[in-house]
Amino acid sequence: MSKQQLCRPIEILMIEDNPGDVRLAQEGLKRGKVVNNLRVAEDGETGLAMLRKEGEHAGSASPDLILLDLNLPGMGGREVLAEIKSDPALEHIPVVVLTSSEAEEDILKSYKLKANSYIIKPVEFQKFMDMMKKLDDYWLAFVKLPPNGDL
Amino acid sequence: MLQPEASHIEILMIEDNPGDVRLAREGLKRVKALNNFHVAEDGETGLAMLRKEGEHANVPTLDLVLLDLNLPGINGQEVLQQIKGDPELEHIPVIILTSSEAKEDVLRSYKLKANAYITKPVEFLNFMNLMKSLDGFWLTFVKLPRRDA
Repeated sequence: MSKQQLCRPIEILMIEDNPGDVRLAQEGLKRGKVVNNLRVAEDGETGLAMLRKEGEHAGSASPDLILLDLNLPGMGGREVLAEIKSDPALEHIPVVVLTSSEAEEDILKSYKLKANSYIIKPVEFQKFMDMMKKLDDYWLAFVKLPPNGDL
Repeated sequence: MLQPEASHIEILMIEDNPGDVRLAREGLKRVKALNNFHVAEDGETGLAMLRKEGEHANVPTLDLVLLDLNLPGINGQEVLQQIKGDPELEHIPVIILTSSEAKEDVLRSYKLKANAYITKPVEFLNFMNLMKSLDGFWLTFVKLPRRDA
């Protein structure tokens, strides 16, 4: 079923400062069908530096998919999203906002900033696992991700 | 997690191939989420429905767009560009559903801010599975923007 036609794992960058949510995502993705590498940036600045391969991140793999929290220390998630979606070198990378915010304003603003989808973090463990399974099934199996350095 | 008032999700498919429309309709009938399915056979009609122009004044506000790339008249990428460049429409998720596997089409669509790019499964069962996955992800877990926002 995979449309990715990749001979390598899908590279996922999670920009998230909450270690509990990182662990849940890791666990969920481990159970998924598609082989993936999850890397984590604990704040927006680090996430952008990894995306841009700046300084110590020169050897970072380009991610195929980004999971972005909105509530981050330092630079907020919306700002990170705006930076990604206005950078010609990064704008094509799908960004899934994964946040605890249910505020309509955050949802609308994120879509206007061209988030690829917006998900409210399920609070219960099992629901979180279900969500990661659906995310895996959809984004990693059905969706054709943009070409990554091989166009 | 629930979508706007747990009411029907209004889906617009912009697609000129009646076979693909039938498959999508059938697939969406089998899913859990309640949805109303609207079809535009070309890009101009799709945009008029999204903008509620003329005879489309009574079309409900649409929550999700499935967009083919290869359309008669203005092509899908132009439609995408118009949607994502219109402050009234840019927040509506647009999923490209096409038979094109060309890397330039994939990259260009993401650069024009398509929310996702999916190549149409050829087999019936795979198409049904795709609709199930769309339902499982978009209509269940993803929070869509509010209609009246």
